[in-house]
Amino acid sequence: MTTTTTPQAAPFVPSFDDVQTGRTLAIICSKGTLDMAYPGLILANAALGEGVETHLFFTFWGLDMINKKTMGDLQMTMLGNTATHMPQGLGGLPGMTAMATSRMKKSIAELDVPEIPDFLEQIVASGGHLWACRMSADMNHLTKDDLYDDVEAIISASDFIDKTEGAQLLFI
Amino acid sequence: MPVTTIDGHQITVDTEGFMTDYAEWDEPLGASLAAQIGIALSDQHWEAIRFLRKDFAVKGETPTLRRVSVVGAIPTKTLFQLFPQKPAKKMAYIAGLPKPHGCV
Repeated sequence: MTTTTTPQAAPFVPSFDDVQTGRTLAIICSKGTLDMAYPGLILANAALGEGVETHLFFTFWGLDMINKKTMGDLQMTMLGNTATHMPQGLGGLPGMTAMATSRMKKSIAELDVPEIPDFLEQIVASGGHLWACRMSADMNHLTKDDLYDDVEAIISASDFIDKTEGAQLLFI
Repeated sequence: MPVTTIDGHQITVDTEGFMTDYAEWDEPLGASLAAQIGIALSDQHWEAIRFLRKDFAVKGETPTLRRVSVVGAIPTKTLFQLFPQKPAKKMAYIAGLPKPHGCV
């Protein structure tokens, strides 16, 4: 049956905007704590799911998110984080950082949100691009072999700016 | 709720055009919905769509892309190839389900 023979108007179908809009998102991840690693990854994943070309640049402490030695072991601390709404003195007691970290990991896992390495794998499978900051890698004496395998390259800040011309940018 | 007719099937949809009644869907309609958004369904597409239908029936919500890849065992990369650009929304549309509301 063709729609031209029916009295109804054209079928009502969601608009998926398949026309390439050329929208690009650049996310700079500069923090190495568990709680600050997730926002960039969640937004990158969401953007990729909407067909947006996405680049992540890991710099300074953010390098911990793609360093094979640390990526599976990011921590969350109460110290200096008033949003935990706990007395700050408690955060300095032995074991508190480990406890805060395991609590946060548990609540994230309950939402079926993956741990950092799995999340990066998903982002790459969705077409996302991972870049490491040259200066941060040099400061920490890291080479590409020390980094998560799917990191495309260690590049300078200017190369990243060049690659993301016209992109919307998030600094986290 | 608006009503629209696709290939002779009269369906109830939300303001974006996603179906709102699980029971109004059948596989021929799924094929018509897919055609509306330019997708010809292969066996691989059907595997994903049937997983969405089955999972929604159990969980009461549309599975996210992550769930389709982890629980449905269809790799993320494949989903992006089968349903280009916006796989989660396109799969939900074809399966006659609401958009997934999870963030990941």
